[in-house]
Amino acid sequence: MRHIISVLLENESGALSRVAGLFSARSFNIESLSVAPSEDESASRMTIVTSGNDDVIEQIVKQLDKLVDVIEVSEITSDEHIEREIAFVKIKDKSISKEMMDKFSKNEFLKIHTTNSDEIIIECVDSPEKINNFLDSVKKIAVKIVRSGSVGINSN
Amino acid sequence: MKQTIDNKQKYTGAEIFVKCLEAEGIDLVFGYPGGAVLHIYDELHKQNDVSHILVRHEQGAVHAAEGYAKSSDKPGVVLVTSGPGATNAITGIADAYMDSVPIVVFTGQVRTALIGNDAFQEVDTVGITRPCVKHNFMITDVSKMAETIKKAFYVATTGRPGPVVVDIPKDITEDKYEFNYPSKVSMRSYNPYTDISDESLELAAKNILSCKKPVIYAGGGVINSNASKELTEFAKYLNFPVTNTLMGLGCFPGNDPQFIQMLGMHGSYEANMAMHDCDLLIAVGARFDDRITGRLDKFSPDAKIIHIDVDPSSISKNIKAHIPIIGDVKAAINGLTKKIVEKKLKPNNIDEWWNNINEWRKKDSFRYKQGSEIIKPQYVIDRLYEITKGDAFITSDVGQHQMWAAQLYKFKKPKRWINSGGLGTMGFGLPSAMGTQFANPNSLVCCVTGEASIQMCIQELSTCLQYGLPIKIINLNNRYMGMVRQWQEFFYEKRYAMSYMDALPNFVKLAESFGHIGYKVEKPSDVDAAILEAIKQKDRLVFIDFITDQEENVFPMIATGAAHNKMILS
Repeated sequence: MRHIISVLLENESGALSRVAGLFSARSFNIESLSVAPSEDESASRMTIVTSGNDDVIEQIVKQLDKLVDVIEVSEITSDEHIEREIAFVKIKDKSISKEMMDKFSKNEFLKIHTTNSDEIIIECVDSPEKINNFLDSVKKIAVKIVRSGSVGINSN
Repeated sequence: MKQTIDNKQKYTGAEIFVKCLEAEGIDLVFGYPGGAVLHIYDELHKQNDVSHILVRHEQGAVHAAEGYAKSSDKPGVVLVTSGPGATNAITGIADAYMDSVPIVVFTGQVRTALIGNDAFQEVDTVGITRPCVKHNFMITDVSKMAETIKKAFYVATTGRPGPVVVDIPKDITEDKYEFNYPSKVSMRSYNPYTDISDESLELAAKNILSCKKPVIYAGGGVINSNASKELTEFAKYLNFPVTNTLMGLGCFPGNDPQFIQMLGMHGSYEANMAMHDCDLLIAVGARFDDRITGRLDKFSPDAKIIHIDVDPSSISKNIKAHIPIIGDVKAAINGLTKKIVEKKLKPNNIDEWWNNINEWRKKDSFRYKQGSEIIKPQYVIDRLYEITKGDAFITSDVGQHQMWAAQLYKFKKPKRWINSGGLGTMGFGLPSAMGTQFANPNSLVCCVTGEASIQMCIQELSTCLQYGLPIKIINLNNRYMGMVRQWQEFFYEKRYAMSYMDALPNFVKLAESFGHIGYKVEKPSDVDAAILEAIKQKDRLVFIDFITDQEENVFPMIATGAAHNKMILS
């Protein structure tokens, strides 16, 4: 099962490699990982999307917690939460029909950026599932897809 | 000479480094100099509070520090240079990580301006050691030196102990700053001890009082927590059988009738059968590693499992614990003692269970037959035990001799058995004996080894001469890498690929060339005299080369992936 783990860790050099190294050393899956500053400027928050059965997830949480730089670990998928990713899709002007363009501009989760070439960039911020759907719909005409990892937060 | 320290006065990083060690109460450092640490060595040279022991290879320094830490109540300290100094230390660091040994390893580093430039003797020490340390630091500002060193000792020695590496670039040891050693540190991201849940203690006590077939399975965590006395009293009160892991030997007296010997791959028949058949397994400071459990789905199939450990990630990692007790082992046993012993509650009568165990004991699964011609390796350990009355510090290398020492030397006290369990590092024995001897200068320290293992850190014989360490080396020489040969005999149809030790040195002459005493013993009837004579040499290292039976195997044996009740007995 897919899980999102949120980790608050000291903003020290090497902290990211401690987490990434832990996942590879213990053969834990890692689907995506994103890291950025948090509300506390001396700490970063990392969101890790992983998968495994309950025992594996329990071990992942415990092993993360054991890292000396880690301040707090929480598994957020077991409770109500919001999850978002961002994707950019570069498409040639000529590949987009007028119909499609109308649909895109009406979608509140999409933003269209023009470029100084014959391409446009569509920005999509949504849940991974919706992003998958969107990407499926433009897969055939996409020149380039750039996608972030997930970030998530508990919402209760 | 202690000087009063002026808080405003500025000192170089190297001076601060030495003052930190002094303030931390460190009087001994094992190490090897090199370019990146020369400022520090110069400071060490100018003072007398912190002694430095010069090893002959950095691996030896780390193992010596491990031996020192394991046989005392103090952490071991290592100082090596950058690049090869650090990489040579890695095996020891990984060893300390696997066996939870509190050591702090200081590594020199190239100047901060050169880091990342592939400078001479540069290696990414923090990166290389990351997977095998409890934590590591690089000091990038001299103002952080004292605090970082304090944190390093704090992290290494608290909770589940382990190695901490501190990487120090050379320019940091030149830069100047005030000296202020913090009396204590706290780290919001590191809380080594959890309050023990009363609910779990209550549940554990209830199960302890209602079980019929209990086993206490005690490991190195009991020793690390200094809880041997508490565990022994608790087990004696309950009259429960106790088995030890390889790392736990000595945490319960090996000559006590309640002791059912070591368990696991080369454990006793009674210990493994009891583990398999028990209805309550009380794991104390042990981690259910694969050499203990064998086949996981057949492990203690009918048992409720209570697991006491300070490291939450050890619990339910391999075997699901029904009653986890997270916290310091000593505090947990005290908690259980309050709930059972102090209330004078009595467990069930388990005579029937003891009858079973005593039946299994009759197999006498560590037995061997000593003839009149060839020395059996087990006989040497047996005699060593009898002659030293089970009171010596025994270090060992890795392989058959290690298992025989573990099986037959009945450790009565904790911290007397110093070996490499988790990593299984050949070469550990001699340098760890040096550290043990430094920590226990007036005690008998014996290194039980084999002709293959001893050659892996043989250069330390020179260190032993320099510092007059009167270690007794018990070399069980069977001209084979014995454990490799045993596996090849059992699992590779006796194809002894590369396990024969050809071109062996003359160990007697070798010991003599290093300035020590060497004996060669070939007859069973000479074993006692050799050991006695070696012990008489109070201020000399004696290397006894026992020529032993070439094809003796370690029994019992549970093959990899087999269940506990599927032991090969002979």
